[in-house]
Amino acid sequence: MVSPILELTNINKSFGHVQANKNINLKINKGTIHGIIGENGAGKSTLMSIVFGLYQANSGSIKINGKEINLRSPRDSIVNGIGMVHQHFMLVENFTVLENIILGFEGETVFGEKLATAKKDLEKLCKTYNFNIDLDATIADLSVGFRQRVEILKSLYRGAEILILDEPTGVLTPQEVDELFKILRSLKDEGKTIVLITHKLIEIMDLTSEVSVMRQGEMVGHTKTKDTNKEQLAEMMVGRSVLLRVDKKEIKKGEVIFKVNNLSVKDDLDVARVKNINLEIRSGEILGIAGVTGNGQTELLEALSGIRKVESGNIQLFGEKISDQDNFLNPRMLKEKGLAHVPEDRQRMGLISDFKAHENLIFGYHDQEPFSKSAVLNSQEIKEYSSKIMQEYDVRPNSPNLITSNFSGGNQQKIILSRELNENPKVLLVGQPTRGVDIGAIEFIHQRLIDMRDRGAAILLASVELDEILSLSDRIIVMFDGKIVGEKENKNVTDRELGLLMAGVA
Amino acid sequence: MSNIVVDKSKVPWWVSNVIVPLVNLTLALLVSGLFIFIAGENPIEAVKLIIFGSFGYIQGFAYTLYYTTNFIFTGLAFAVAFHCRLFNIGGEGQAYIGGLGVFLVAINLSFLPIPIVWLLSICGAFLFGAAWAYIPAYLQSKRGSHVVITTIMFNFIASSLMIFLLVDVIRDTNQMAPHTVKLPEAIWLPSFEAFSGILGIKIRYSPLNLTFLLAIASLFFVWFLVWKTKWGYEMRAVGHNTQAAIYAGISPHKNIIIAMCISGGLAGLLGVNEILGVSHKIQAGFPAGYGFTGIAVALMGRNHPIGILPAAFLFGILYQGGSEVTFEMPNITRYMFVAVQGLIILFSGALENLFRPQIESFFVRRLYKEVNA
Repeated sequence: MVSPILELTNINKSFGHVQANKNINLKINKGTIHGIIGENGAGKSTLMSIVFGLYQANSGSIKINGKEINLRSPRDSIVNGIGMVHQHFMLVENFTVLENIILGFEGETVFGEKLATAKKDLEKLCKTYNFNIDLDATIADLSVGFRQRVEILKSLYRGAEILILDEPTGVLTPQEVDELFKILRSLKDEGKTIVLITHKLIEIMDLTSEVSVMRQGEMVGHTKTKDTNKEQLAEMMVGRSVLLRVDKKEIKKGEVIFKVNNLSVKDDLDVARVKNINLEIRSGEILGIAGVTGNGQTELLEALSGIRKVESGNIQLFGEKISDQDNFLNPRMLKEKGLAHVPEDRQRMGLISDFKAHENLIFGYHDQEPFSKSAVLNSQEIKEYSSKIMQEYDVRPNSPNLITSNFSGGNQQKIILSRELNENPKVLLVGQPTRGVDIGAIEFIHQRLIDMRDRGAAILLASVELDEILSLSDRIIVMFDGKIVGEKENKNVTDRELGLLMAGVA
Repeated sequence: MSNIVVDKSKVPWWVSNVIVPLVNLTLALLVSGLFIFIAGENPIEAVKLIIFGSFGYIQGFAYTLYYTTNFIFTGLAFAVAFHCRLFNIGGEGQAYIGGLGVFLVAINLSFLPIPIVWLLSICGAFLFGAAWAYIPAYLQSKRGSHVVITTIMFNFIASSLMIFLLVDVIRDTNQMAPHTVKLPEAIWLPSFEAFSGILGIKIRYSPLNLTFLLAIASLFFVWFLVWKTKWGYEMRAVGHNTQAAIYAGISPHKNIIIAMCISGGLAGLLGVNEILGVSHKIQAGFPAGYGFTGIAVALMGRNHPIGILPAAFLFGILYQGGSEVTFEMPNITRYMFVAVQGLIILFSGALENLFRPQIESFFVRRLYKEVNA
C-alpha cells in the first residue's frame, strides 16, 4: 500500500471556548482529488488553514510523504509543497499576472535574467495545463475565473504538489466552473494532489475520487466517491442529531401581512444575489429560510428591512407598498410601521460595540419618546428603561453603563432582541439569531420568538442552522443561488430533504 | 512589539484619561528640556520663566487665557468632527472664513443695539465657518472625497481667497497693508482691562476679552450636543459603525454634514476672539496656526470638553510662557517652541499608545492584586 502524501493525526484546534476541530484524522493519497464537505462552521476551512500554516493546531501531527513536519507559517507549507487558493484572492490588482506570481520570490533586485526565466517557466506551465492566461495582463482587467487561475498558477510555480482549494466555485459562473474542473482534472493527471473544500454535493460527485465529511468540528466519515451518493452524503453532512424541538402551540394563522413580489436584489458589487423571489408571511406564522450562507439570504433580509435598494419587484406591508425599484422606506420609517429587524451580523450591524449598553438598547428608537424629547436625550428615562429591560431579558450583567463589547455574544444578542421585540412589532425579520450564542441563551431566544408568533406577529427567520429552522418554523423555504428552490410545510419534513435542497441538488 | 493584552473593562477611567496623558506630557517636556539644554540654556530656568510668564503676573495670565480661548475653539472643532470619525484638518481655513463672517456682519449691522450686533456677529462667524466646512463635508458624503485631503486644500483656498479680498475688495484703502478698516469702537467686545477697570484695578493691556466666556460656553455646548442630544448620538453612531447606523435608519450623509458644519462653525468662532475682541479688523493670516494646534489640543484632551479645557490651557501656557522664554533667553528662538509643541503632539498623538498598554496593565495588575489579597 502506498503511504498517503498528506496525513493528519488527531488534530485539535480551539478558538476560545469553541472547538473548531476535534481529533481530526485524515489521509489524502497522492494523485487524487479529495473532497472535504460539510456545512458552514463544520471546521473545514480551519482544518485547511492549519495544513497551510495559517493557524497552528493545539495538538496533533501533520505528515507529508510519511515525514512529520511542523508548519509554523504559510512559507513552511509552500516549502513543503502545499499551495492554497483562498476564497478571497490574494492578488495585487494593479500588478500584472507575472508580477503577482513572482511576488516574494523575485530572486533579483533589478529585473532581468530571472524574470525572463520565470516567464519562460510559467509559459510552459500554462501550456501543460491549458491555462490560457496572458502573463502580461493586469489583474484588474481579468475576470474572477481568470484571477482564480492566476492563484492556481502561483501555487504551481512555487512548487505545490498538494493544492488546496477553498470553496473555489462560489464566485464562478457555471461556464467558469467547467473550465476550472478541466484544469483540476489535468492537474490530477499530471500527478498533483488536490483537496477541494466545498459544501456543494454536485461538485463532490463530479470531480472527486475520495470524500471526507465534517460536521461540527469532527470528521464523521471517509469514503470513496463511487461508493456513495448525494443523499447519503447530505445525511452525513447534516447529521441526525436529536433536534432541540421547542414547545410550540398549534399554529393560528392569520391573514397575510407581509408580501414580497418578484423581488430581485443586487449586492454592493452589482452582482445579482436575490433572483425573482415571491413570498408571503401570515400573522402568527414563522417562515424559516434555510440555506447555506451566501445564497442571497443576507441581501434578502437587507432589502426587506429597508437597508438595501430593491432592483426590481416590490415589498408590501399590510397591503401597502413599502419598497420597489424607485423608492424605499428607510428602516426608521419601517419601524414606525411595525417592522423590526434583528440583523444577521450583530457586530457589524446590530450594535455599536463601543457604545454603552443603554445606548445600544435605544438604538434606532432613540428619537422616540420617552427616550428623547425635542432632540434632547432623556438619560434618566433611558437608564431606568435599560435596567428594566435588561432584567426582563436576563442580560448579564445588568449594568446599563457597561461598554457593549464587554458583554458575551449571547448577552449582546439579547440586547438586540430585547430592543427589537419590546415594541411588539407586527413583522419581525430575524437573521441568525443564535450565531455564536451559548446554549442557555439559545433556548431563551427561541422561546421569545415563539412568544412573538403566538401573539400574532409575522416572523421571517433566516438561519444556516437547520435545527433552528426545523424547530421554530411553521413553513420552510430553501434558498439556493438567490432563488427559492423549495417550500415545505414543517410537517414530516426531514433535515435530509432540506440538506439536498440547500446543496442545490434536488 | 509589545504584546501586552489588557482587559479594557478593568482599566479605571482615571488611568487612561489622566495618568496616560500626564506621562506622555511629561515625556514630551523632558525631551524638550533636553533640546533647551543642547541649545545652551538651563531647562530649569526655562521652566521657571514659562511658569512666571504665564502665571506670575496678571497681564501674563490674561495672555495665557487669551491663547486658551483660541485653542478651546479649534480643539472643540476638531473633537466634534472626530466623534463622527472625520478628521477635520481644516480648522485653520474655517477660522479664517469665520473671521470674514464676523467682520461683515459687524460692520454692516453696527447700527443695531450693541448686544444684538455681538450676537449676530457670533452667528456670522459660526455660519461662515460652517459654510466653509460644508463643501468638504458634501464632497465626502456624496462623492467619497476624503475629508482630510479636501479640508487641507480648503485651508489653502481660504488663505488665497482672503488675501484676494484683503488686497482687492475689503482693504482699508487709506493704507497699503492687507487689512480692513477697524470696526467702530462702540461694538468692540469688552476687554479684560475694561472689566478690571470697573472693579477699580488698573492693569496694562492684554488681548483677553469677553470671548473667553463664549469659549467656556462652547465647551458646555459641545458636551451637551455630543452626549445629551439625539444629534450627537447619531453622529457618534455613524462615526463608530456606519453600517449599524444605516441599519438603525440613521443617515450617514446627513450626519457627516452636520458634524462638519458644527466643527467648522466652532473653528469660525476664533474669528470672534481675534476680530471682535482683539484686533477689530481682519489682518492677513490672523488664524496663525491655531487651527492646526487645535488638533493637538483635541487629541490631548481625548476629544472631550473636560479634557480639551486643560489641554487648551496647557497650550496657552506654552504660547505665553514660551514667548517670555524667547525674550529672556537669546539662544532660544520662537521656533524652539514650535518644536516643543511638536513634541507634545508627537507624544500625546502619534505615540499615544507607546506606553499605554504598559501603564494600563501595571494598574490593572496592582488594583486586582489588592482586591484579591
